[in-house]
Amino acid sequence: MSEIAVELQDVVKRFPTPEGGEVFAVNHVTMQIKNGEFFSMLGSSGCGKTTSLRMIAGFEWPTSGEVFIDGVAQGHAPPFKRPVNTVFQSYALFHHMTVFQNVAFGLEMDGAGKDEIKKRVGHALEMVQLTGMDRRYPRQLSGGQQQRVALARAIVKTPDVLLLDEPLGALDLKLRKEMQLELKALQQKLGITFVYVTHDQEEALTMSDRIAVMSQGKMLQMGPPVEIYERPNCKFVADFIGTSNFLEGVVKSLEEGTATVFVSALSAEIRGIVSGNLSVGETVAVSVRPEKIRLAEKAMMNQNCFEGTIDLVTYIGSDTHLHIKVNDLTLKVWEQNKISSLDPAAYYTVGQKIWLTLFPENTLVMANE
Amino acid sequence: MLKRLRENKASQGTLLITPTLIFMIGLLIIPLLLTLVISFGQRAPDGTVIYGFSLDNYIRISGIRTECENGAAICFDPIYADILTRSLTLAFNTTVLAILLAYPLAYFIARAPAKRRNTFLFLILVPMWTNFVIRVYAWMMLLRTQGVINSVLGWLAGLVGIPFTPFEMLYTPGAVLVGMVYEFLPFMILPLYTSLEKIDLPLYEAAADLGANQIRTFLRVTLPLSMPGVVAGTILVFVPVMGTFIVSDLLGGRQIVLVGNLIQNQFLIARDPTFGSAASLVLMAMTLIVTYLYTRKFGFGEEIVAA
Repeated sequence: MSEIAVELQDVVKRFPTPEGGEVFAVNHVTMQIKNGEFFSMLGSSGCGKTTSLRMIAGFEWPTSGEVFIDGVAQGHAPPFKRPVNTVFQSYALFHHMTVFQNVAFGLEMDGAGKDEIKKRVGHALEMVQLTGMDRRYPRQLSGGQQQRVALARAIVKTPDVLLLDEPLGALDLKLRKEMQLELKALQQKLGITFVYVTHDQEEALTMSDRIAVMSQGKMLQMGPPVEIYERPNCKFVADFIGTSNFLEGVVKSLEEGTATVFVSALSAEIRGIVSGNLSVGETVAVSVRPEKIRLAEKAMMNQNCFEGTIDLVTYIGSDTHLHIKVNDLTLKVWEQNKISSLDPAAYYTVGQKIWLTLFPENTLVMANE
Repeated sequence: MLKRLRENKASQGTLLITPTLIFMIGLLIIPLLLTLVISFGQRAPDGTVIYGFSLDNYIRISGIRTECENGAAICFDPIYADILTRSLTLAFNTTVLAILLAYPLAYFIARAPAKRRNTFLFLILVPMWTNFVIRVYAWMMLLRTQGVINSVLGWLAGLVGIPFTPFEMLYTPGAVLVGMVYEFLPFMILPLYTSLEKIDLPLYEAAADLGANQIRTFLRVTLPLSMPGVVAGTILVFVPVMGTFIVSDLLGGRQIVLVGNLIQNQFLIARDPTFGSAASLVLMAMTLIVTYLYTRKFGFGEEIVAA
């Protein structure tokens, strides 16, 4: 088995639109998915993540470019000839078959013997904690259980790659959180490659070894969750993953990976880490995440510090979310509630003056697009 | 009064079914009971009914005779048994042919873009705008010795210089079969379409994903999931074909007598309502038995899914 499980090479997928035009669902995407990794394609609806997944499964064929699975070019190979299995968003369970028959279906298609089928189906149902449910029909199961059947049906064939198309989308939040951890554990236990499509950034961050962020058919950034969150390579990624404050400015000077940017709205300069290729004089976005801004009674440094007025205080239990007005800008700041007190004076109040510190190592400077 | 009705679910139900109930009792249950009573009566010489309890009509249909030509005490006259067998065979053949023709078409419509489906369904119903009998007459025009089909074939044969003798198509069992399939095809297409349309696209994808090619996907997924449509269509076609007499009358001539024709003749020509009633009830019983056995095997409508 090669080190790369799935590779998309300059893949393009165009669809005709009802108006007679064409739309790029996937626009020149290249990515390599390593063997045994939990890989997520993340993006809002219409970003091309599901189409990419369907091209790996064989439900769609690329307009141009090539999909490789285990180093083999797939061309127009039909789904039933590819060493991958899919967990569908809608589960797509066969309603006229029992849980056992659903899970056994793929093995029967492979011509497995009765005893082997029984053994492997039993094992797969055990893996997804559905032992004893094998005689039920899908409609007699809860949404979460149906989801597990879909999962068992896909893993029972021990595919090289398991494709999951927003499999937790229909579940309620609590169950979804449980299933996220369970899926991750299952992936580690099986040791097979998972390609996971989701629009939920938290889900992607929780489970993935690596994430590809997609938008409008293009892949914007690919990397481990920490990299995606801490070093987004463009404004879109910084905005899509988590929450960020964006300050528009002009690059004054560049030195050793850091940039000094003049932000006119603050009438001040800010220093931060350079993300991507920038040049002096370019209009850029300075991005700083709300939880990384330090609040203090007075300025902590002679740079990157600004005095503001608290505009809004939202107590959400674990944290306090603040809107702080600095000149004409409103910055979002999240503070963890590290104390337990009933005294209102112990918390921030609207109208209070406060100093914000944007540490240069927590501040990113990136192209403003 | 109205307030009470608003709170009482049971009386609401009663109110809703009452109009139909009155209609059905008056025009189905009572006539059926009359038919039953008449079937036990005897024909008066003037064609009216002498009421009583006699099984003569039923014995006559069974074919058992006590007055025999060869002088035996008991013998078997297969005339009515033949008619019943012919009707059953024709209904069976019509149903099978209708399934074979309707299935691909229904599948095509179900998989067509949503916008076009209604157009296709509309086209299927277009022939229904013309009266049933008139459509059968149209088939006579097509199938006659001097009809459209023979004329066209003769003209084509003339073009290439082959001697042509017109086919005898009208008044054959084949003509009746074609006419029956034509008349009842929509009743097979519509329920089939309904059940095929309900199969979500991802189910086909899931089957392919799990290793099934098109044939196995059809046998293991499409066909079982469309069985409610097959069953409903079969009942909608089989039952009326068993009783229809127009098609066989016009396209089969006097040669092809079905149960429907037999019943019609008893009432209108032989003027023996007692025997006609008995034949009607035998037809009903046969249809019920076949339908019962069929639905026991294949389920009834949606229940197949649970079986």
